[in-house]
Amino acid sequence: MLGLLWLVPVLPLVAFVLLALGGARMPRAAVSALGVGLPAAAAVIAALIAITFGASPPAGHSYTQVLWTWMPVAGADFMPQFALHLDALSIVMMLVVTWVGSLILLYSSEFMEGEEGYSRYFAYMDLFISSMLFLVLARDLLVLFLGWEGVGLCSYLLIGFWYKDENNVRAANKAFIVTRVGDTAFAIGLFLLFSSLGTLDIPEVLSRAAQQWPAGSAVAAAAAALLLGGAVGKSAQLPLQTWLPDAMAGPSPVSALIHAATMVTAGVYLIARMHVIFTLSPLVQWFVALVGALTLLLAACAALVQRDIKRVLAYSTISQIGYMFLALGVGAWTAAIFHFMTHAFFKSLLFLAAGVVILAMHHEHNMFAMGGLRRRMPVTFWTFVAGGLALSAFPLISAGFYSKDLILFEAFTLPRGNVLFWLAGFVGSLLTAIYTGRMVFLTFFGPAKHEPGRQPRWRMQTPLIILGVLAICGGFINVPDFLRTALPAPPESEHSGLQIGLESATGALVIVGILVAAALFVWRRAWADALYRLPGMAGVHAFLFSGWGFDWVYDHALVRPFVTLARINRRDFIDFFYTAVAWLNIGGHRVLSATENGRLRWYAAGIAAGAVIVIAIMVL
Amino acid sequence: MATVPLELALLLAGVLFALGLAGVLLRRNIIFVLLSIEIMLNAAGLAFIVAGARWQQVDGQVMFLFILSMAAAEVAVGLALVLQMVHRFGTVDSDVVSRMRG
Repeated sequence: MLGLLWLVPVLPLVAFVLLALGGARMPRAAVSALGVGLPAAAAVIAALIAITFGASPPAGHSYTQVLWTWMPVAGADFMPQFALHLDALSIVMMLVVTWVGSLILLYSSEFMEGEEGYSRYFAYMDLFISSMLFLVLARDLLVLFLGWEGVGLCSYLLIGFWYKDENNVRAANKAFIVTRVGDTAFAIGLFLLFSSLGTLDIPEVLSRAAQQWPAGSAVAAAAAALLLGGAVGKSAQLPLQTWLPDAMAGPSPVSALIHAATMVTAGVYLIARMHVIFTLSPLVQWFVALVGALTLLLAACAALVQRDIKRVLAYSTISQIGYMFLALGVGAWTAAIFHFMTHAFFKSLLFLAAGVVILAMHHEHNMFAMGGLRRRMPVTFWTFVAGGLALSAFPLISAGFYSKDLILFEAFTLPRGNVLFWLAGFVGSLLTAIYTGRMVFLTFFGPAKHEPGRQPRWRMQTPLIILGVLAICGGFINVPDFLRTALPAPPESEHSGLQIGLESATGALVIVGILVAAALFVWRRAWADALYRLPGMAGVHAFLFSGWGFDWVYDHALVRPFVTLARINRRDFIDFFYTAVAWLNIGGHRVLSATENGRLRWYAAGIAAGAVIVIAIMVL
Repeated sequence: MATVPLELALLLAGVLFALGLAGVLLRRNIIFVLLSIEIMLNAAGLAFIVAGARWQQVDGQVMFLFILSMAAAEVAVGLALVLQMVHRFGTVDSDVVSRMRG
């Protein structure tokens, strides 16, 4: 069964190739059958592989399938293998990508009907799933980088899917260019790893790094920092988070798949996969935690004031990935991947449900123009509530509670954690509860403002219900235990009393947050207005609304100087020498062609002048 | 036999050549242009004769005979072209016939 591993990334790739070549001539039913069916088949194979793996683990709890050697360079001893690597970590990632991806594709087949470019959409989505699977299954960092760039490309293509609106194109460009900053750091990190360790094979890199680099050495810190740069760009963390809110220009299922469940967590996967290198450089690992803590607070504050329902979700994604970075930074590797999984369930659910709401509201994104949808769209409402409970980590009955509280507990107790990191996550969970409650109450409660238009049918409702169940029950899957074979597990804790205490505190805080949101946005709307009218509040609101002004800073510090430089150098200075040659030729041509005027006397004068000149030269 | 000084004869040849050249460059009437060319040829021939007389060489007169025959051939061709020009364009103005503009 494990031998079929190569089919998992290849099946979506086949779907992409078929759709890209012939999708425009296929009927829509065939397009969706191909575009949904092949990834779903990959999901089934992935599940069978996981069951086989769990029932009879291969030696060393990992399985490698070498497909071929990719571009061997004999002189440099550079022999990257195009190989797939299966262990507990990649199984979790693979299952989430294929199953959540297939559900989102099923949803898309109804969501996108009636859109232009139906086959183009499925071609991009299938290419994305294939790239993401290559990313998580790669054994060689070069193959990982191939998948890494592939998902970036698909993200760009899908953000700009409705390319006829210039704003969407700008958002796509922004996402591509900003993540390129991180990708450059990642690529340099790969060069550094290869030049100092002589291989890019991940298990080999990790074992050689552990042998050759002393803990805290500069080269380990540099490698870890460069990998962190790549992860920060891909996962929209401080300071490269600005592209994700704008990436909401794409269709909602795209946001659910790429910008919530899978691609943006690639950075988390990368750090977890290369955890040995981060363990070797405590400073960089501390920095990972710091980035996570700051990001989760900044993004949660920004999410408090957004009006666009998808932007709230985008900032909450940034914030939740901040939690994962915090977990990685304190060494809670398994908790980070656990939170990745539950987050994939509930955040893709929230995006899909938001997509239903937006369709029903005739493409209205503003939450203040919605309201009262609770009775009119019951399935959407209840699944959205399930996702919202999980996002706000509602105690005991949501998946997010188990993963997030594990992160908070380990941030408190692990040797690399400390009280401040815990406090950041603790305050963040209050903010999360408030903005989640605000989103739910504004959208579904209160007076109805518009009659919902299009109601979802089974292809949109089934994924919602399945993900809703997972958002509630996903926390009972013991992922941290399963990951023990692939990632260093936290030491067995003796603080079960402390854990219960911390969980109760967080749970109480979450309930308080939801009550605050209910008070402000359902029971006493006047309080929210009064809060807004406090002196200085409008400025704070605008500041948070713009996402802490990062766009403004980058615009003034980077974009405008660059545009100015480009404008100054529009007539390239170096090109002047070449254009001058061209201008001289053109000028000479004009003069000479003016002499060809067809007049006999003019030619005679030319001959005479020429003779005079020749004689003068000979005589003198 | 009184000899003409070389310098004076060459000066005369030069003046004749310059007059002919001026005629070629300034006259628009194609027949006058041909006439001016004849004058230039004769100026050159005169220079040859004078030089042959100066050095007592027969080559100068031989060259003059060549020039004379060449001028006859040139006038034959030239007049045929003038006839064609009058026939086609109805004019002897050389500036009108400027269709070979570059």
